[in-house]
Amino acid sequence: MENILEALSFPFIQNALIAGLLVSMASGIIGSLIVVNRMVFLAGGIAHTAYGGIGVAVFLGLPIFLGASIFAVLAALIISLITLKHRERMDTFIGLMWAVGMAVGVVLIDLTPGYNADFMSYLFGSILAVSQNDIYFMAGLLATIVFIITFWYRDILAVSYDSEYANLRGINVRFFYTLILILSALTVVVAIKVVGLILVIALLTIPVYIAEKLSNTLYTMMILSGLFSSIFTLIGLWFSYEYDIASGASIILISALSLFLFLAFNKIK
Amino acid sequence: MSIIEIKNLSFCYHKQKILENVNLNVEEKDFLAIIGPNGGGKSTLLKLILGINPIKDGSIKTFGEVPKKNLSKIGYVPQNTNVNTDFPIKVLEVVLMGHIGEKSPLFGYGKEEKLCALGALAQVGMEKFANSKIGELSGGQRQRVMIARALCAHPKILILDEPTASIDIEGQKLIYELLKTLNSYITIIVVSHDISVIMKYANKVVHVNKRLNYHDTFNLNKNLTHECNHFCEVEMFNVFKEVK
Repeated sequence: MENILEALSFPFIQNALIAGLLVSMASGIIGSLIVVNRMVFLAGGIAHTAYGGIGVAVFLGLPIFLGASIFAVLAALIISLITLKHRERMDTFIGLMWAVGMAVGVVLIDLTPGYNADFMSYLFGSILAVSQNDIYFMAGLLATIVFIITFWYRDILAVSYDSEYANLRGINVRFFYTLILILSALTVVVAIKVVGLILVIALLTIPVYIAEKLSNTLYTMMILSGLFSSIFTLIGLWFSYEYDIASGASIILISALSLFLFLAFNKIK
Repeated sequence: MSIIEIKNLSFCYHKQKILENVNLNVEEKDFLAIIGPNGGGKSTLLKLILGINPIKDGSIKTFGEVPKKNLSKIGYVPQNTNVNTDFPIKVLEVVLMGHIGEKSPLFGYGKEEKLCALGALAQVGMEKFANSKIGELSGGQRQRVMIARALCAHPKILILDEPTASIDIEGQKLIYELLKTLNSYITIIVVSHDISVIMKYANKVVHVNKRLNYHDTFNLNKNLTHECNHFCEVEMFNVFKEVK
C-alpha cells in the first residue's frame, strides 16, 4: 500500500494514470463501434499504417502525434474509398497498407541521423512517458468522441445495425462509415501511446467483447467497455510498476486473463 | 390514379438485361404478390421502386412522382432478418429506426417517437418484447419486429422481400394474417416463393422473369382444378404458362 502511495506522488505516474483512463474510455466507446461494425482488421491496418507517420514525423522533426494522426486519418480515408470501389478485395489492400506503413516507418527512422530514441516504445507503448500535451490531446479526443456519438447516436446505431435500411431512409451511410473510421484512427493513435501499435487491437476488442455479452444496447456496451478497459489498465499499470514489466503488455495480459475468467465463469454458470 | 405506375421499364446490370419492357400498375389497397425464379429480377424491381437503383430506361412513378420523392410513404422489410443477431440492440430501438431520416438528428429519440414505436409493436403483437435483445427472438418474431419498424413511419405502401423465407409454418401463418389485417388500409407488395400461401391472400400476382406477366388471382383460381383444396407449385406454374 505504501508502495502505491509513494508511486502516486510522482508526476509521471499521475500522468500515466490520467492518460490510461482517458484512452480506456475512448477505446471502450470506439472499440464498441469497431466490433459491431466488424472493423477490427481495419483498425489493425490503420494502427500499423500510422507507424509510417511516426517515421515521417521523426525524419522531418515534427511532433510524433501529428505525423501518426495524419497517416492514420489518411489510412481511414483510403479504406473508406476502397470499401466503395473494391469491397471484395478489401483484405488485400489493408494487408498492403499494413506492411507498407511499417516499412516506411522503419526506413525513415533508420535514415534519421542521430535518432536513437527507443522506437520499441511505439510498438509496445510508453505510458510512463506521457506528457502534459499528450493528455490535452487525449482529453480533447475523448470529448469530441462523446459529443459526436451523443449527437448522432440514432444514425450511427442505424448505420451499424442495418446499413441497407439506413441508406433506404436517406441516411448518408458513407459519411457515418467514414466518420467511424476517422474516430477509430485517432483513437488508435492515442492508444499507441498506452499499449503500442502491436497491442492496440487487444485494447479495442477484449473489454468490448466482454461488454457485448453483458449489454442489450450499444450505449451500455460502450460504457461497460470503457469501464472494463479502465479497470484492466489500472491493474495492468500497478503490476507493471510493482514487478517492473512493460506496461502495455501487462495491461493486455490482465485483459486477456479477465476475458478467460469471464468465459470460464459463463461456461460454469 | 394508380399509386405505383411502371411504364416500359428496362434495366441492365453489367450489360446483362435484368428487366425488359416491364409495365405494372398498383392500385391503392392492392395485395400484390411478385413471384418468379431466382435471378429473374424480382429484387431489382423492388430496388427500382424504392429508388435505390437509378432508372435509365422507362419510368416508375410512385404517387405520381419519381420514387426518390416518396421514400417516406413506402415501408420496406428486408429479406434477411437473421443478420447481426449478436448486435446489442433492443427490439424497441430497432423499431425506432423507422423514424430515422425524418428530422435532423439530435440526441436520440423523443417521447412521441417512442410511443409511436410501441404502438407499431402492439400492431404486430410484439409489445411484450419491447425490451428484449433482438437476438433472443425467433426468426418469425424478428420478422414481425421489422414489419413494426416499417409501420413506424406510417407508410402507404408496405414492401416485403421474401418475408417468410426462413420461418416455420406457424410463424408464416401469423405473418400473412398480419399482412391481411394491415391490407385493410395499406397497399402490400410481397416477393415470395410460397405460391400456395400467396394465392390465399394476394389479389394480384405478377410473374417476373426478365419480362413481367400479370395475373388476376380471381381468374386464375377459376383455371385451377381444386383437388383437395391444395395445389403444388408445379401445377401452379403450369397454370401460369397457360394464362400467358
